[in-house]
Amino acid sequence: MIELKKISKRFESRNILSDVSATFQKGHINLVIGGSGSGKTVMMKCMVGLEEIDEGEIIYDGQRFSGLTKKERKPYRQQIGMVFQGGALFDSLNVEQNVMFPLSMFTEMSLEEKRDRVNFCLKRVNLPTAQKLMPSELSGGMKKRVAIARAIATNPNYLFCDEPNSGLDPRTSIVIDNLIKEITEEFNITTIVNTHDMNSVLEIGDKIIFLYQGSKWWEGNVDDILRTDNKEINDFIFASKLAKGIKKV
Amino acid sequence: MFVKDMMNRPEKFSIYWKQFVRELDNFGYGSLGIVALVSTFMGAVITIQTVYNLFNPLIPLSAVGIVARDSIILEFSPTMISLVLAGKIGSSIASEIGTMRVTEQIDALEIMGINSAAYLVLPKVVAAVLIFPFVVTISMFLGIFGGWIAGTASGVIPSVDYIQGLQNQFIPYNVTFAIIKSITFAYIITTVSSYHGYHTKGGALEVGKSSTDAVVYSSIMILIFDYILTQLILI
Ligand SMILES: Nc1ncnc2c1ncn2[C@@H]1O[C@H](COP(=O)(O)OP(=O)(O)OP(=O)(O)O)[C@@H](O)[C@H]1O
Ligand SMILES: [Mg+2]
Repeated sequence: MIELKKISKRFESRNILSDVSATFQKGHINLVIGGSGSGKTVMMKCMVGLEEIDEGEIIYDGQRFSGLTKKERKPYRQQIGMVFQGGALFDSLNVEQNVMFPLSMFTEMSLEEKRDRVNFCLKRVNLPTAQKLMPSELSGGMKKRVAIARAIATNPNYLFCDEPNSGLDPRTSIVIDNLIKEITEEFNITTIVNTHDMNSVLEIGDKIIFLYQGSKWWEGNVDDILRTDNKEINDFIFASKLAKGIKKV
Repeated sequence: MFVKDMMNRPEKFSIYWKQFVRELDNFGYGSLGIVALVSTFMGAVITIQTVYNLFNPLIPLSAVGIVARDSIILEFSPTMISLVLAGKIGSSIASEIGTMRVTEQIDALEIMGINSAAYLVLPKVVAAVLIFPFVVTISMFLGIFGGWIAGTASGVIPSVDYIQGLQNQFIPYNVTFAIIKSITFAYIITTVSSYHGYHTKGGALEVGKSSTDAVVYSSIMILIFDYILTQLILI
């Protein structure tokens, strides 16, 4: 479980996040939704310590994470897996080396054991034979899946996914969403997913937080979202005519 | 600050070693072609120009060998080759690290608790500092050889005179000085270019800009340090 207590983040006196409080449950997918520029990526980077918050607290399973030094955060590093918005695979390494990288960093496994683990993770994301391909030879969806494999390689307790299915066709999106859902439930991970994809919201939205201009505007689950009469969220989720039609029905 | 940041203790030696070997190959083997080309032609031009400038019955032709050798060893090989490599290696370092920055690969390293500055920069600096003296030495030989070819082929200076000149008044310390220069320039190129790459913000356009900046600033620094070192050591 991860808790945010009134966190705020500024870039050069511009408020990007203001007073956001939220709880992210273990074993569930916690969705963070919001329009482009609403602060989703910044919030995620603050939560994993790539950016420092200016005010508030971030709590990992009862332990304070914000305010720790780099060194004090080391034990958390192995527990955190992150899938970046663009995949962020290492260009100079092939798929196998990419997924193996965190294993070499964090574990004393032998090469054989690491290979087994890599193969297991790649199978898990449906890419059982991609080991020797370079990132430049992968399609967008394959990159995302390799990024997921790398993120889960060390069996993390916390999984962060920044728009895991942006730029993918609806079918691949759903495959990836369901993959994240399965992994989350199977390994009882605290998973946080940023998205602005309505299909994902309906497909895997256990718990949803809506960010609007850097503030938490609304929270609830899928059923709530279909019923809410909050104007901003309706404008966001039901932006298209088709969606508005669906909502009326 | 940046240099201090990357000197923090490396996490896992093996991942640094792999990077180091890759860079060694990249900087050494990867730049031989251009270094050979530039050095040979440079030596040829220097020799012919020296003959032209020294055209005087009172000066023996072998003086051409001395002048060509000394200018190649002291200035042309270490400085000019470093400027050429600032263009080649500097831009590739800045765009490699810059691309990693804008595609969040550096964030991905940090997330795994890796000191990304150390991991990306240290192997490059060490590899360049080790390999540059060799590259520059090769360039010296090729430059002198290029001079010999040009001199004899065009007939402006007979082979015997040139070779005799090469052996005259040879000061080994000049080579040491050239090696010191090449090490300094290797350090400048790798740190300046890494710095520009690492601090890239934005997208592909900014990566291009960082890479240009890297070449411009490393070249300027090379020229300034060339002057400082020459004044400090030779005078
Ligand atoms: N390093 C930074 N320096 C200054 N401003 C930043 C920085 N990173 C993000 N911002 C600003 O913070 C705001 C929120 O950006 P963020 O990337 O979190 O949006 P997002 O919700 O992830 O959008 P998208 O859905 O397009 O990814 C934007 O206005 C952006 O300009
Ligand atoms: Mg984002």
